[in-house]
Amino acid sequence: MKSLPEITEKVRKNLIWKSIFRRDYRNSIRDRAQAVFGNVFLHLHPVQVRESAVKLRFTWGMGGITFFAFILLVITGVVLMFYYHPSIDQAYTDIKDLEFQVPFGVILRNLHRWGAHFMVIVVMIHMFRVFMTGSYKAPRQFNWGIGVFLLVLTFLLSFTGYLTPWDQLGFWAITVGTNMGAATPLLGYQGPFSEYLHITPYNDIRFALLGGAQVGGNALLRSYIWHCVAIPLISIILMFVHFWRVRKDGGISKPQK
Amino acid sequence: MNPFIEIITQPDNIAIVIMIIMVTFFTGWAFQQAFENDKLLAAGRPVDGENDKFVDTFKPLVRIELLIAIVVMVGLTIWSIAVDAPLEEIANPTITPNPAKAPWYFLGLQELLVYFDPWLAGVVLPSLIVVGLLAIPYIDINPKGNGYYTFAERKYAIIIFSFGFLVLWLLLIVIGVFFRGPGWLWYWPWQEWDHARVVFEPTRDLTSVIGIDSRSLPGFLIGAFVVGSYLAGGMIAPYRYWKKNNPELLSKLGMVRYITIMFLFITMMSIPIKMVLRLVFLIKYIWITPWFNV
Ligand code: HEM
Repeated sequence: MKSLPEITEKVRKNLIWKSIFRRDYRNSIRDRAQAVFGNVFLHLHPVQVRESAVKLRFTWGMGGITFFAFILLVITGVVLMFYYHPSIDQAYTDIKDLEFQVPFGVILRNLHRWGAHFMVIVVMIHMFRVFMTGSYKAPRQFNWGIGVFLLVLTFLLSFTGYLTPWDQLGFWAITVGTNMGAATPLLGYQGPFSEYLHITPYNDIRFALLGGAQVGGNALLRSYIWHCVAIPLISIILMFVHFWRVRKDGGISKPQK
Repeated sequence: MNPFIEIITQPDNIAIVIMIIMVTFFTGWAFQQAFENDKLLAAGRPVDGENDKFVDTFKPLVRIELLIAIVVMVGLTIWSIAVDAPLEEIANPTITPNPAKAPWYFLGLQELLVYFDPWLAGVVLPSLIVVGLLAIPYIDINPKGNGYYTFAERKYAIIIFSFGFLVLWLLLIVIGVFFRGPGWLWYWPWQEWDHARVVFEPTRDLTSVIGIDSRSLPGFLIGAFVVGSYLAGGMIAPYRYWKKNNPELLSKLGMVRYITIMFLFITMMSIPIKMVLRLVFLIKYIWITPWFNV
């Protein structure tokens, strides 16, 4: 029998281990730094951060929690996509199948649904924290702007997801929501001044959103593609700009007087 | 079951309850830290975080991130085991639910439909919210309160933002979720929804209160005058006031900033004003034009 330290030592000397981690970790300053910038996931961080970045009371961890919720939604969302067809003949029964046929289908769907509500809640609280600490002030004005777009995208992510189960809740929520598009001044057929542009229900903004004059198969396909492809892509790009700027603007804001 | 318990334990509404709890908690925490720092500032002592040292990212930060991730994951898992996401009947364009509600985070905007026409409530005001948020860093030129919680050093910014966020955005959402029933009528959470209930609530327009038809030319002119004076007055009055009492502030702001701030502020305040007009004085429109009504 070998003792545990001996086994660890052996694993650490192993060729495969060494190929993954590249070097030993001896808890020296150098190794701690290397652990961050040698790792593609961790290297979003600087090697050292200010104490308040580590204490909960300043940031509440809210930006990070928003990001975590997003990752969780991407993972559960991709798994859901394996079981889902964006057509009005199949969408609803696919969701029913999650309940009765798919192993762990219910908890998968629940995680995606509650995770989405959660992300909307925490992104709003993150914005509130940034406001309350005045962290949008110079030099972080631009990053606040990126954040505002991320906030809108978070709403739109959830909004486009609403229709996908093709049940009454989603159908009518989307109907109510997109009817607002019809009221757009100039560009919606019920909006003020639209008659001067010859706008009708068949060529207005709402029509463009739904791919038709009513919520139907085209609307389902459109919301599905926005929800699963387009908006996540745009969000990911903006998130990376956001994180990059947090670093380039000097890390988490600190008292400047 | 007690209708109140019933409405707050509806699966999707549990999220709103969680939101209320979290927002209350974090608002409290923010203001508590703000007041604590204010005391330090008044005493001329450094505020929280001012003398921060640097620490390694690995492991203190990575550790706390991992811990938070685990706590959040456990919380969401428990939530997902305990509560099942509902699936209603299959979509049916011929059966309109009453009330038909937008997703919960847009219910504040839906609530605005009671007070504004759809082009304002659904398009113009939401766009201005986004524009206003984007503008904040550029119109708030107060250099203080950057990077720490404080109330004393930026009272107006905090009061205005908190009013917009907590009252006009979140409170209206809570009202939309818990207090609006069939026909978008007001129901207390312990009241049974009654689909046959109609409330005859005569509404009138501003000019008809003083006996002038709001659709006549005099009505049109008076309406235009009232709306115009609100906008112009809101622009000019603070200008006059500051010119006399705080000209420095005005010159620091500059004309573009001043106009942007006041325009956004006037627009925001038109919401509570129209709510009071509608709810207290039963006045629906102030100005009727052939193209749109305000
Ligand atoms: C998908 C949405 C978002 C994600 C994933 C995200 C993520 C983050 C993260 C991880 C940080 C680091 C500090 C922290 O955790 O608080 C941060 C900081 C920041 N965020 Fe966001 N954020 C999002 C949306 C927003 C929104 C809506 C705003 C404002 C309107 C915003 C403005 C900022 C600013 C100004 C900072 C720098 C704060 C400082 O230095 O103290 N972000 N964000």
